[in-house]
Amino acid sequence: MINPWIIVGIVAGFIVLFVIVLYNSVIRLRNQVKNSWAQIDVQLKRRNDLIPNLVETVKGYMKHEKTVLQNITRARSAILSAKTMNEKAKASNVISDTLKSLFAVSENYPTLKANENLMQLQEELSGTESKIAYARQHYNDVVMEFNIKIQQFPANFFAKMFNFKQEQLFKTEETEKKVVKVKF
Amino acid sequence: MRIAFDEVRNNSIKSYLLMVIFIILIGALGALIGIFYNSMYIGLSFALIFSIIYSLIGYYSGDKMILKMSKAKPVKKKEYPHLYHAAEGLAIAAGIPTPKVYVIDDSALNAFATGRDTKHASIVVTTGLLSKLNREELEGVVAHEMSHVKNYDVRFMMLTAVLVGIVVLLSDFLLRSFLWGGHKDSKDGGKGGGILILVGLVLAILTPIIGELIKLGISRKREYMADANAAILTRYPPGLANALRKISKDPDPLVDQANRATAHLFISTPFRKTKGFVTNIFSTHPDINDRIRRLEKM
Repeated sequence: MINPWIIVGIVAGFIVLFVIVLYNSVIRLRNQVKNSWAQIDVQLKRRNDLIPNLVETVKGYMKHEKTVLQNITRARSAILSAKTMNEKAKASNVISDTLKSLFAVSENYPTLKANENLMQLQEELSGTESKIAYARQHYNDVVMEFNIKIQQFPANFFAKMFNFKQEQLFKTEETEKKVVKVKF
Repeated sequence: MRIAFDEVRNNSIKSYLLMVIFIILIGALGALIGIFYNSMYIGLSFALIFSIIYSLIGYYSGDKMILKMSKAKPVKKKEYPHLYHAAEGLAIAAGIPTPKVYVIDDSALNAFATGRDTKHASIVVTTGLLSKLNREELEGVVAHEMSHVKNYDVRFMMLTAVLVGIVVLLSDFLLRSFLWGGHKDSKDGGKGGGILILVGLVLAILTPIIGELIKLGISRKREYMADANAAILTRYPPGLANALRKISKDPDPLVDQANRATAHLFISTPFRKTKGFVTNIFSTHPDINDRIRRLEKM
């Protein structure tokens, strides 16, 4: 006769095994979330480091568009003081928009447009912009995977036990996605 | 990109399998030659030592061999900043380290990736591609290659190029040495005939195996998959579709440095579009128009 305790033991063993595998995969994903968030931060910082150079280069040429430059400087310091992810996302979008309008305005200055330094900075900045977008995309992909993982049954039960919380997506608001109108 | 995980395992298994097949194949060949010279074990052991060492070299520096064969040069960020930014950005999107970037000085429009894993990978584009594609199109092509890196396609494709390449070379060499040198040390007439039969046999066995191995390496599914993953990475399928259209319409698809062993690495077949025997046997790439259609439907 089979001892019922053996069966109970086997089942309990399987459950423990399942929880261990689940726990480890959730931890792996959570670290990926952290890592991909760091990637966004690296790129945001890189862009912020480039902006003073840009302002310096453009300043001499743009006598009449002081506000554009002021907006950029303001947006740059705004993201430094942003604390939550939402604030950061918003501030980041503001920088993107102000940069776009700056480059649009710079089209009006043929000597500025031909400036070697500006051309390099523009390439560097648009490269960084697209890296920010890609980093955000990757972050959201990973967060989505993480959130699905801890919401699924029966993982959701254990997620509560280990206090795994859903991570926030790095969102860009629809209104901000539209191309900004540049006023001259 | 969760599908990538299965693909990585699949490619790793296939890679090791390919190495084992290669070692067995060369070992058998060595034994065969050994038998012919009345010492099977010497032939076998030499062949095994050679093939094991060669597989290891192929695994660890096959990418360098391929880069050298293709005359690819490493590029600095200053020379092609937009290419660099595309590679860095798409590596971030794929969640892998940025591969090394190389350029082949060739007017043809083509690109490939190689390496053994995501940490040791290289992406190569021709200068023709850089001059004729716009930013979105270039990003599409780089994303396609990035998917090959992420899925470990590069490992399997590199091993196919390196291991199959040497088999092609060896069988050519054997054919020549047996045909021209075989008769000299034959003491009786029967042995000379024996050699020819042996050579014929070996080649008859080798050639279809080589063909199969190359086909295995290419697998059209792999290209469709990389296209689809590229669309996921860039979130902009028209970029790659337009790039493929430009590539297919280009009158000069030939990459001078490509050969039978490395052809399957490229994003589009590096040979002229003639309907010859060789191009059919080694036709390694899915129809480019079909790939464009699939991208347009996404």
